[in-house]
Amino acid sequence: MKACGKVFKYGDNVDTDVIIPARYLNSSDPAELATHCMEDIDKDFVKNVNKGDIIVATKNFGCGSSREHAPIAIKASGVSCVIAETFARIFFRNSINIGLPIMECKEASVAINNGDEVEVDFDNGVIYDKTTGESFKGQPFPEFMQKIINAEGLMNYISK
Amino acid sequence: MSMTMTQKILAAHAGLDSVVAGQLIEADLDLVLGNDITSPVAIKEMEKMNLNSVFDKDKIALVPDHFVPNKDIKSAEHCKCVREFAVKNNITNYFEVGRMGIEHALLPEQGLTVAGDVIIGADSHTCTYGALGAFSTGVGSTDMAAGMATGKAWFKVPSAIKFNIVGKPSKFVSGKDLILHIIGMIGVDGALYRSMEFVGEGIKNLSMDDRFTVANMAIEAGAKNGIFPVDDLAIAYMKEHSKRDFKIYEADPDAEYDEEYTIDLSTLRPTIAFPHLPENTKTIDEIKEEIKIDQVVIGSCTNGRIDDLRTAAEVIKGRQVADKMRLIVIPATQSIYLQAMEEGLIRTFIEAGGVVSTPTCGPCLGGYMGVLAKGERCVSTTNRNFVGRMGDVTSEIYLASPAVAAESAIKGYIASPV
Repeated sequence: MKACGKVFKYGDNVDTDVIIPARYLNSSDPAELATHCMEDIDKDFVKNVNKGDIIVATKNFGCGSSREHAPIAIKASGVSCVIAETFARIFFRNSINIGLPIMECKEASVAINNGDEVEVDFDNGVIYDKTTGESFKGQPFPEFMQKIINAEGLMNYISK
Repeated sequence: MSMTMTQKILAAHAGLDSVVAGQLIEADLDLVLGNDITSPVAIKEMEKMNLNSVFDKDKIALVPDHFVPNKDIKSAEHCKCVREFAVKNNITNYFEVGRMGIEHALLPEQGLTVAGDVIIGADSHTCTYGALGAFSTGVGSTDMAAGMATGKAWFKVPSAIKFNIVGKPSKFVSGKDLILHIIGMIGVDGALYRSMEFVGEGIKNLSMDDRFTVANMAIEAGAKNGIFPVDDLAIAYMKEHSKRDFKIYEADPDAEYDEEYTIDLSTLRPTIAFPHLPENTKTIDEIKEEIKIDQVVIGSCTNGRIDDLRTAAEVIKGRQVADKMRLIVIPATQSIYLQAMEEGLIRTFIEAGGVVSTPTCGPCLGGYMGVLAKGERCVSTTNRNFVGRMGDVTSEIYLASPAVAAESAIKGYIASPV
């Protein structure tokens, strides 16, 4: 499986409050949440994002609240993959559980620029920046998590 | 194989003699918790998978607390969804408005969380129950759904950081100052994926309410859990509040820790986290300029307990809230509210010019009951000061203890009674 798209680049500690502000948590509808995705850190994100695009950030992406609405909003906005140096642990779990592909890679998180065209190969963990020609090796998932991802989320996995 | 306190609890719940950091395990759960924001997502997931029953109706806690009493029609629909699920599944521990409180203050008070438990909750501050010597951690709604259906959850066994607490804090220095000091020291990802284990002779000088505050904010350092040893004070608390049996686990003397820190409580000063991260801490002595504020919030799962309200009232008693300043006080549970009333604390807050609200998470996450306008500044005893957390993206949150919050409400700028 591959993801390919334009990069939206952010810094350290992108928290779940800016990914989806709590004032919109009176809804749990993915499509509605997507219309406010990243609103408090990047007002234009929703306007500019296209299906398949990729979010790249540095340390501790998704810190703060446990709201699953955050990865749900990102996935529903069309984003195909989030790459970061590290993820906050609850966001990490939630992403796997709902089937939003994420990848930890320090080098890629630093080197990739906003607007670059990037391709991610989930089978071998290779991240290729088409704009700069650089490629990086991401951290592959442990087998157990791979099974959850392959089942397209935790609920499918446990019901098998 | 030597283990940390957290590892011992996890091993016992996975039916294993020992575990090592990094190992993936499946553990039995003693309690699965959700609120009015996260539970509807979990309930929908269960319905989608045709999972029509829960693993144990006594081991699930549903606490509408974020946007209750219902703040708008959509929130009302969420609460209705949770209520209907609770009725349908005959959930023992569903807490209706009037019987509810902020989940992480309510559940220990109701005796639902005890030492030795493994608890997951679809709320990041579920780590609070580590104060009682339980392993408890925040998860998302899908984990909550799977937990409600199966009574199990998968975990990657964490390594740990040890915090050796010594000494005695001076008056008006509290658990909040300790945890803000620690987050300032190690950063908001300083304990990422790991346990924070608090040990040492100084712990006896921290009240249970202080310990709840410290464990509550372990997540603000990125930790999986924060945990305290079970001493006489913790045992007395559990005996007073719970009918459940508890089990005491202790770290092996030779358990391995990634890092170790020693913190002398007697050297701590009132500590404030500046916008927009909990790690941006300064002691009160480092603040040279007068930082004018518009609002003070005293409450939340971090600092809405009776000790917190007593401290705030002690600072405020007989004084007046500054001109054009809003003081909002939120007792965390109905029982704390009653206690505060009986002790005259509520009268103190109202006579000073403050308002006192029914228990709710409301303003902490910018939901309602104290949302900030453009450019407004708030001193808050809550746990996060992220951009836009309490309102407009240009508003500013300063996290502090109840003592600092109370003194700031009187002065109109960030101030401490000591």
